[in-house]
This record gives sequence, C-alpha cells and structure tokens, in this order.
Amino acid sequence: MRVSLFIPCFVDQLTPQVGLATVKVLKKLGQEVEFIPTQTCCGQPSYNSGQWEIAKEGAIRTLEVFRDAEVVVGPSGSCVAMIKKFYPELLHGTKYEQEAKNLSQRTFEFSDFLVTKLKTIDIGASLNKKVTYHDGCHALRELRLKEEPRKLLRAVKGLELIETEESESCCGFGGLFSVKFPMISTAMVQVKASALSRTGADYIVSSDPSCLLQIGGWLSREGKVIRPLHIAELLAMGIDHV
Amino acid sequence: MSDSKSIFIKESTLTSADGDQRQFIRTALGGYYKNRDLYKAKYRDWELARDAASLAKWSAVNNLAEVLEKFVAKFESNGGKVHWARDAAEARQIILDLVAKANAKAVIKSKCMTTEEIHLNDALEKAGYGVVESDLGEFIQQLRGEAPYHFVFPCMHLKREAISELFTKHLGTAPTDSPEELTMIARRHLRKLYITADVGITGANFLVADTGQISITENEGNARLTAAMPRVHIALSGIEKVINSIDDLSVLLPMLATAGAGQPMTCYNTLYAGPKKPGERDGPEEFHLVLLDNARTQLLADPEQRDALHCIRCGACLNVCPIFKNIGGHAYGTTYQGPIGSVITPHLRGLKDWNHLSGASSLCGACTEACPVRIDLHHHLLQNRRNAAKVVPNLFDRVFHGGFNFVIKRPALFSFGGKVFRKTFGLLKHLPIPYLGTWLKSRDLPAIPAKSFREQWKDIKNV
Repeated sequence: MRVSLFIPCFVDQLTPQVGLATVKVLKKLGQEVEFIPTQTCCGQPSYNSGQWEIAKEGAIRTLEVFRDAEVVVGPSGSCVAMIKKFYPELLHGTKYEQEAKNLSQRTFEFSDFLVTKLKTIDIGASLNKKVTYHDGCHALRELRLKEEPRKLLRAVKGLELIETEESESCCGFGGLFSVKFPMISTAMVQVKASALSRTGADYIVSSDPSCLLQIGGWLSREGKVIRPLHIAELLAMGIDHV
Repeated sequence: MSDSKSIFIKESTLTSADGDQRQFIRTALGGYYKNRDLYKAKYRDWELARDAASLAKWSAVNNLAEVLEKFVAKFESNGGKVHWARDAAEARQIILDLVAKANAKAVIKSKCMTTEEIHLNDALEKAGYGVVESDLGEFIQQLRGEAPYHFVFPCMHLKREAISELFTKHLGTAPTDSPEELTMIARRHLRKLYITADVGITGANFLVADTGQISITENEGNARLTAAMPRVHIALSGIEKVINSIDDLSVLLPMLATAGAGQPMTCYNTLYAGPKKPGERDGPEEFHLVLLDNARTQLLADPEQRDALHCIRCGACLNVCPIFKNIGGHAYGTTYQGPIGSVITPHLRGLKDWNHLSGASSLCGACTEACPVRIDLHHHLLQNRRNAAKVVPNLFDRVFHGGFNFVIKRPALFSFGGKVFRKTFGLLKHLPIPYLGTWLKSRDLPAIPAKSFREQWKDIKNV
C-alpha cells in the first residue's frame, strides 16, 4: 500500500524521531511510504479555541495535501481525530463536506492502521523492558482505540505491560488549555504522571505525542526516571533489538 | 475580566496547588467508582440502558410543550396547583406569596438545586422566614453559609472533624468523629422542625406526565418528611424534568442512582400525587408546583445543544471530571458545577461572563462517556467556544490564530520559522514569551532536535 504520512506540526519540529520511527515500522511491514512536504498543521489549535473560520482554512488545505493519497497514516490520535472526526463536522454544509468524509475514511491513527488495516499485530519486535500505557483522550474517546495499541505491545517479545487505574485519565495537555489554564493542566499531569511513574516501568508509552510532550515535560522537570516513548518509537526500537 | 472569571482563576489556582485537598477529593470519589462499577456490571447492557434513558428524555424534551400540558392537566386533576415562572424572580415571588398566604412561621426544605438556582433561601430569609435545609449535606452547608460544593454531594470537601466542629459551634453538641453520631445529631435537631414547619419545599427529579405525579429520589427520608408533614407542600422544578410515562422511571431511577451515587437504587424513591384527599389522614392540605423556565426554552431553541436538557442531575460528569477533581466545586461559582455546569451556565446566565468555563477543559471526554443520558458534553464545550468567539471579541486570540494561520499556510515559512525557533530556543526559553513562558514554568520541552522531520525526510526517503 502507498502510505502518505501525516506528521503533526510539533512532531515535525520538536520530536521528529516519532516520525522517523513511524517510517521505519511502516517500511518494515513492506509499505511504500511518502511524505508530502506541503503539509503543516491540521488546524486543531484554532478549532479548539473557537476560531472555526481559521480552522476551516487549515482543514481545506489539508484536504488538498492528501487529495491523491491512497491512505493517510499519522502517529497521533489527537491530530488524526481532527481529520477523521472533526473535519466532516467543521466542513458540514460546505462544498468540502464530501471530500472531508472521504479523507476521514482514508485516514488512520498509526496503531489502528497496523492492527485494523494491515491486520498485523506481531511486527517481529523484541524488547526486554517494562512499559505502562497512557490512553490519549482523542485516541480513546474520539477514535475508540483501546485494544489496538495494547495488542501491538503484547506482541513484542520480552516486553512487560503494566496497566494502571489511571491509564484512561487525561494528562492535562489539551492543546492551548495547557498554557491558558496552566495551574489546572499541571495539577492534572501531576496526578497522571505520578501514578504512571509509581508502576516502576521504564517507559510511559502512548500513541499520542502531544500527551507525551506534557507527561515528559513534567517528568523531566520533576527529575523522574521513567521516560515517555511513542508506540512507534518503541516498535522501531524492538525491530533494531531483534 | 469578568468577576466570575477572576473568581474562577483565583479559586482554581488555590485548589490546584492544594495537594491535600485534591487527594481528599480523589479518595472520597474512590468509593463511588468502586460501587458504580459494581452496579453498572449488574446491568445486562449498560450502553443499551444509556440509549433507553437518553431516548426517554429525548422524546419528552423534543415534545416539551405537549408533554408538559399533558402533565399539568393530570397533576391538577390530582388536586395540585401549577404555577408558571418565566425566570428566577417570578419563581421567588410565587413562592414568597404562597408562603405568606400559608401564614407560615417556619419553612423546611429538602434538597433542590433549582432553589439554589433562583437563590430562594436568601429571598425567604430577607422576607423574614426561617428556612432550614433538611438534607444532611445541605444542612451542613447552610450552617457554614457556603454554597454546595457538588450538586449531589454538597459537602464532600469536608472532613469529619470540620463537621463536628461546626455542630459544636452551632448546635452545642459534643465533638465526635463518628459519622453515625454526626448523622444522629442532625437528625435529632431536624426531626422537631418537620413538626413545626408550616411549609415544606422540595424539588422534583421527574415530572411524570401520564400519571401527573412528581418523582423524588433521596437517601435520607428527609424529602418524604418535608413533603408530608407541613400543611403546604411547594415543589419547584425546571420544565425539562418532565417525562412521558411512569414506565420511563424503570430505567431512569436506577440509572440516576448508579451513575450518580454508585447505588443500585437510592434508598427512597417516592411518587407524589396531589394533596391529602377527603378521608385521608396524611399529607399536606395544599400541593403547589412551580414550573421554572429561566432560559431553558432558550436552550431548547438551540438544536445543537438541546440535549443538555436531558440532564437528570446525577453528577456523574463531575465525579469523573479531572478539572472538577483538581479545582473543586466552588471555583465554578455556578449552581451546577462540573461539565454540565460549564455547558449550560453560559446559556442560563450569559456567554459573555461564563464562557471561560468552556475554555477550562482539556476536552478529554470523560464526562460524555459517563453521562447516563448521553449528553454530548465535551463537544458542547467546543461549540460554546465557537459561539463565544463570535459574540465576545478576543483580540489576542484573533491575532494569535491569524498569525499562526499565516505561517502554516506557507510551508516554507513554517519550516523556516521552526528552524529559527529551534536554533534560538536556548535564548527564547529565558524570555517572557506568551504561552512558551507559561509552559516552561512547570514543564520542560524535550531536547530540541537539530533537524526537523521534513529536513531528515530528504535523507531517509530512499533508504
């Protein structure tokens, strides 16, 4: 399959290793990978701030970027939810509505793409580490992805997955919420990251790099040893390890 | 900044920095989660039950005028009297007039958030009537002179010692740390008051159209005494509380208890159908029902958010909300706290002063997932943000997002800007740059990479 990468703007600039790992795993699974460099941001920050007219421009540009893509895969539950779920709502009643619905059908979150579209659970990775999982809210509640990433993790040889009661609670990022209401956002990440840290795992794994920015940012500031890791990075690491 | 927003910022800053208080709230909710999950598991299909509960409310709310008329006709044929109130002021006046007409000296109340919404206690006290809350949590909050912290668990923020001290101060009782003894103190105090009160004021959980009854759910039995002992019973209810049929209660009552309090059913579920009839020994002589609009019809006119009127005030959305758990109930400054309050308060009290509540959410969706009547809560917060951007001009937002859009619509500029940011981050992190500076106060950014993904793509694409 020809996979067109959807790399969130902040991944592009701040955590490119997540994009590189995504490429590596997709290529390992025999996919033809392309990156269309005219893509930038999907418009979610403006959408979540109520600036829907501005967000519409971002949505329409993204539709154009991926017009000829066979499938679009993004390593972010949140940004994929923007395309998959919110574009059709945002562009409802406009001439772009149908195209938005069409792109929604062709767009997949990374772990969903592997498990649902490629029907691959065991990618042949192995890693002797302990991990705990953070469900990003958009992946979990907008895209309904709960088991997909866990199936991939359980198939990694030597990997131990430690679940916590806090796996589904919000990390407090919420895009600009994290800087508009920093005191609440920080209180939320404290609850979340402390609970995950107490598992004694080596890594906090998630399919959402924006949550990992928040969780990792707090862990780093507090000097905790547990590290954030995107699921694509973990799988890529597991491929190298074999 | 509006008053309500500055109170919100002040209170939420205080509570979110108070680790002990936040831990106390989480612990208090721990028992609820356990029991809720236990009783949810007893449903053959909880999701199907949510569909049924949602449909029961949907079918009444979407035919509100018709169902209300049907209810009122039946209610009055049972001997009750209905009074319509357009807003809080009208509702207060109707109740004050009824209390005056009853020559009341003492008024007793059971738990009713709608009376909080119209600030009834203030009005009664100003008019010279003594009014006592009979729900234990509300009684405690009344003694403290403080609004309920949570609209189902009014004093969940208080430790036992605080309640004991409060009783010692106001009721002269000996200090105790036994919850049973604290309950008995309140009970002994309140029992006398039911007998002497002339008017009992209650709320209503559901108005049952096909039988003309009002349904009240409670755990303490105080609402039954409030409704039955005094000569005059006045109930206050929002118009959206009406449901088509008594059969709907078979799903709504258990869902209300399980979602709201982690119970299979609340201890007392009572249907009230009119005053004492000739030959009957018990019950009030008069039974009045005040039906309140107070901007509910405005919400009804909004097809996008009309489902917010499905709310059965169970409080499930508060119990799972990470914002509520970290800022507490008083920060909201609203009658209805938590996600449902953040959704409906801008409709009830104005978007201009209350839209910050819609912004103060990470949009995690835990509320929507918990709602037993499937209100699309977190998406309504998004819609409120959109509506606010239209009616409340926010220059900073317009400039910020306009500028951001200018950059992201030019991939080369985006790439260049990103590069400049990465190369100069060592300097930028020391400057008071909006948003970036705020982030860095409590969190780091990851090690800044030398090359972006798009720069590295050129090297790897053919590998």
